[in-house]
Amino acid sequence: MANVSMTVNGKTVSGEVKGNTLLVDFLRQNLHLTGTHVGCDTSQCGACNVSLNGDVVKSCTMFAAEADGADLTTIEGMANEDGSLGVIQAAFQEYHGLQCGFCTPGMVMAAQDLLKKNPKPTEAEVRHHLEGNICRCTGYHNIVKAIMAASGQDVGAIAAE
Amino acid sequence: MPKDHGIGASQKRREDVRFLTGAGQYTDDINVHGQAYVYFLRSDVAHGKINSIDTAAASAMPGVVRIFTGADFEGVGGLPCGWQVTDKHGEAMKEPAHPVLAQGKVRHVGDPIAAVVADSLEQARNAAEAIDVDIEELPAVVDMKAALNAGATKVHDDLSDNLCYDWQFGTDTETVDAAFAAAAHVTKLELRNNRLVANPMEPRVALGEYNRAKDESTLYTTSQNPHVIRLLMGAFVLGIPEHKLRVVAPDVGGGFGTKIFHYAEEAFCTFASRKINRAVKWTSSRSEAFMSDAHGRDHVSTIELALDADNNFTALRTDTYANMGAYLSTFASCTPTWLHGTLMAGNYKTPAVQVNVKAVFTNTVPVDAYRGAGRPEATFQLERVIDKAARELGVDPIKLRRQNFITSFPYATPVAVEYDTGDYNATMDKMEELMDIPGFAARRAASEAKGKLRGLGINCFIEACGIAPSNLVGQLGARAGLYDAATVRVNATGSISVMVGAHSHGQGHETVFPQVVAEMLGIDESMIDIVHGDSSKIPFGMGTYGSRSLAVCGSAMVRATEKIINKAKKIAAHLMEASEADIELKDGQFSVAGTDKSVAWGDVTLAAYVPHNYPLEDIEPGLEETAFYDPANFTYPAGAYACEVEVDPDTGKVTIEKFVSADDFGNVVNPMIVEGQVHGGIAQGIGQALLENCAYDENGQLLSASYMDYAMPRASDLPHMANYTVDHSCQTPCTHNPLGVKGCGEAGAIGSPPTVVNAVLDALNSAGHKVAHIDMPVSPSRVWEAMNS
Repeated sequence: MANVSMTVNGKTVSGEVKGNTLLVDFLRQNLHLTGTHVGCDTSQCGACNVSLNGDVVKSCTMFAAEADGADLTTIEGMANEDGSLGVIQAAFQEYHGLQCGFCTPGMVMAAQDLLKKNPKPTEAEVRHHLEGNICRCTGYHNIVKAIMAASGQDVGAIAAE
Repeated sequence: MPKDHGIGASQKRREDVRFLTGAGQYTDDINVHGQAYVYFLRSDVAHGKINSIDTAAASAMPGVVRIFTGADFEGVGGLPCGWQVTDKHGEAMKEPAHPVLAQGKVRHVGDPIAAVVADSLEQARNAAEAIDVDIEELPAVVDMKAALNAGATKVHDDLSDNLCYDWQFGTDTETVDAAFAAAAHVTKLELRNNRLVANPMEPRVALGEYNRAKDESTLYTTSQNPHVIRLLMGAFVLGIPEHKLRVVAPDVGGGFGTKIFHYAEEAFCTFASRKINRAVKWTSSRSEAFMSDAHGRDHVSTIELALDADNNFTALRTDTYANMGAYLSTFASCTPTWLHGTLMAGNYKTPAVQVNVKAVFTNTVPVDAYRGAGRPEATFQLERVIDKAARELGVDPIKLRRQNFITSFPYATPVAVEYDTGDYNATMDKMEELMDIPGFAARRAASEAKGKLRGLGINCFIEACGIAPSNLVGQLGARAGLYDAATVRVNATGSISVMVGAHSHGQGHETVFPQVVAEMLGIDESMIDIVHGDSSKIPFGMGTYGSRSLAVCGSAMVRATEKIINKAKKIAAHLMEASEADIELKDGQFSVAGTDKSVAWGDVTLAAYVPHNYPLEDIEPGLEETAFYDPANFTYPAGAYACEVEVDPDTGKVTIEKFVSADDFGNVVNPMIVEGQVHGGIAQGIGQALLENCAYDENGQLLSASYMDYAMPRASDLPHMANYTVDHSCQTPCTHNPLGVKGCGEAGAIGSPPTVVNAVLDALNSAGHKVAHIDMPVSPSRVWEAMNS
């Protein structure tokens, strides 16, 4: 067992973990942050995406100990301080970018990563960026719309082209 | 100006807030104090005799609470099948035992052999590795036709062979034979409807909890129909009466059919928690899901279409082999029969239709309903053979379809169902308009200029939804009624809780259902909440599948709300000292016709619960009503779809360049949600057509048991938004339910696979490649092979 300490959604947290404890299990089980999901066991689906030191990572594919000292943001940290939805979250609701909601946290984390690095992505760039995220409900159409709308682009005009 | 309130408004979903902030509560997010964890040791061979299971060493490992094997389930019921199909000789289908844990034999890769319950999942997993299982591997049957050969290895030793049933339905053989003999042209096609895995993104989870002092069990499970699980598990497997068994399906991360069924893991966790007096939790891994979730489709069919000299369809005959897998899953038997054969007439007035289905046991994971369930298989055969006929005859595939459309309703097909309403020319018109068919030649030329082939595929479909009239399905072998129920509980201050038997796992019921009640009462949706998914909170319910939620449960909710209105009008009449017949309800106000007297909704609801001035001699206090609704018929959504593909002749890769769906769902309550359902269905259909395949090798090893091997559609596999339109403006309202709705959940998955395949074949044939058919998935290698053979 080792003691790990990290900042999660602005708060310092620590806990005892085994060497083989995955980061996602530490988040879900030790910290009870159950918004981060596990949808596969081969690092394909992206439901477990979190932001680690500013980059999106798959929390099922790293150990909790590897995140010692890191600054993490999970889906629970994406809303505004007053609890209202952040820009990306609000766009997902506005454009119906989610149905069952299971892949959604990972999608939101992937979207914020993209928009930070590429504030005005093309549709092809959005679709390419979501390569590591699987959604079975929406057919991605409204997820792509939501992300482009969150970047300030007029998706109505793009769809009408 | 689009509506922002009530029926027809694209209201934003209220459930989104919790899902977008990580505050959803899925089954795996639920933990019970002191819970233990179970790990299932599963068969790694497709077929084998269990000689011995030695758990001694494993039982002594750290943290192990108890190890269960099939022996622990002797005397316990097996997993039941909910539908008895009667074959063409009048015999009941063969129904092999389906034990919770394997007894004597394993019959597919993934069949559970032993279950280790331990303090932690890691301890359970480690101990499972220490179980010594001696399995004598037996030859496996994987191919359905080979499984029916004389002398084939039997999946179940106590059955005479691997044939579950040999079913025939529709027009008699003599009539069909005569029609084929008289035909001017016959088109025949052999095809396979590829085996799929539903893959909701949330893997299945079961958490069984036992309260010994009260002798009550609770099962938290990832289910589309908690009451059905309570019924099946309580009555048929574990013998727990309903009042001692609560089943909760909280937020569920997608279903697509595969979470309808009652699974061994649910029964196990409930059973084990009673044995060890401690909660037991199972969380499926994705790899485990591939070998334990019921699979979908897997039909091999031959279809023949007879046409007269004027290209009228005169007869249709199909022969299908339907894979059941190793055991009969809950609704496995009805998918290739009553959900498939009854739709084989499609949108066409073909006078003679005969459907033959042989259901076959193999050493593979059980196969059951997956989004569309039987209807995609029917549509794929029919629409592929029509397209082939059009090519053989040199006629326009749109014209050939239009010429044979059913145009007068109601219409009784030769395969038992009666379409209540529809307008297939209207959806075809809409599709043609949105697709810009005249512009195709120019788009093809542009593709050719880039060195690509371009094809246009079109397709029509009909489905039977709103499942189902109980008296009819009872005659057809269903072992349950298929009504639904709703309770409308009006609180003293006028707010409302509606308890519904339907279950939402992505469909947005929490948003849509209040729109209906709000419209009826003239109050704001924010006053209404939906309660679902907990057998202790809702009266009853058969759950969500077959695009039935709004058509069946929504109708129950309408009926209950009508009862509320009737009672509320009595109260209002008393309060205003008027005749009940003169009371009108509008915008949340009860008024007396022809006067300026009115009382508000809240005044009436308060009077019901504080009955100081109340007609107690005539009516009871309180304002709560329940209704059960049993539909008079199925509903029949229909549509016309079109797709343009580009084919890269060097690699065989297919890309979707343009896609249009024109659906008739009858009335639409929330257009935004309906369009989302269609997007999702089309993505799954495109996945089936181009990418997805659940593959076994000849020994029954599952080759596609992870997302590394099973190709799920990704964002870049689907058409860009400028080239993609889903339309539902053609609306012929259902004639027999109060909302006039038909259901929209499965349309996309039914309508899109033949559309895509027809487009690929158009691209190839138009470029001079004589290719009659390519089986799905139409992968680059298959396309390249077809072009170069």
